[in-house]
Amino acid sequence: MDNKEYEPIKKVSIVISKGSLDGVYPGLIMANGARMEGIEATVFFTFFGLEAIMKKRAKKLKVATVGNPAMHMPSLIGILPGMSAFATHMMKKEMEKLDIPPVDEFIEMIKDAGAELYACKATVEMFHLTKDDFLPQVDDIINVGTFFEKSAGAQIIFT
Amino acid sequence: MPVKEIAGVQVEVDDEGFMTNPDQWTKEIAAELAKEEGIEELTDGHWKVIEFMRKDFKEKGTVPTIRRINKVGGVPTKELYTLFPNGPAKKAAKIAGLSKPQGCV
Repeated sequence: MDNKEYEPIKKVSIVISKGSLDGVYPGLIMANGARMEGIEATVFFTFFGLEAIMKKRAKKLKVATVGNPAMHMPSLIGILPGMSAFATHMMKKEMEKLDIPPVDEFIEMIKDAGAELYACKATVEMFHLTKDDFLPQVDDIINVGTFFEKSAGAQIIFT
Repeated sequence: MPVKEIAGVQVEVDDEGFMTNPDQWTKEIAAELAKEEGIEELTDGHWKVIEFMRKDFKEKGTVPTIRRINKVGGVPTKELYTLFPNGPAKKAAKIAGLSKPQGCV
């Protein structure tokens, strides 16, 4: 029996860089889970992760059925029109059964739980976006330097 | 199963102090547990959550998630974190005499 006492985690800084449904949820669940344990949480959305916090895209994230070996489906089938939508629909149904909220609702919950949410300035400029394109829960658009400042004392988790 | 005396009653608890038998719970026990969790006094807001959680547990057999406490219990997330700082799901469940929530949400 291991008797080591470890220091509890006090703060996490989570980066979300993917734009698929399965690419976004791990970071969101960890941010929410951290807040539920009284751990401070900052979430930084970059590259395709921005889709999760965009007003027009947050409800439309999908699961990839092409080039995704974990789907247990040959890409030739996955390419058929409607397959991605179908796989996404099934996954959303299962998540709802487990009371896991859809992305936009989850973002609201995480913010209300006290997390801070930021968009990556470089990606925002690359995609020609403004603060208006984002959900109201996003605190600010910041650069990587500021991200590191805000991550002081935190465990950085890249997803 | 460890036994602990809370508010003058012998209560069965698990290793983390969560009650293993919800029927042994009383309001006085809740008040004691709340003090242990750093909540000096339980207000109406606290009782609303506690009563909803116990009622929901009785009906569903599982401790409600924060989302369920929002949607069905009518308590907003922000308020939950103000009433039960640093871990509302766990704290409220403990005070309500229920087991530790097992879900990821």
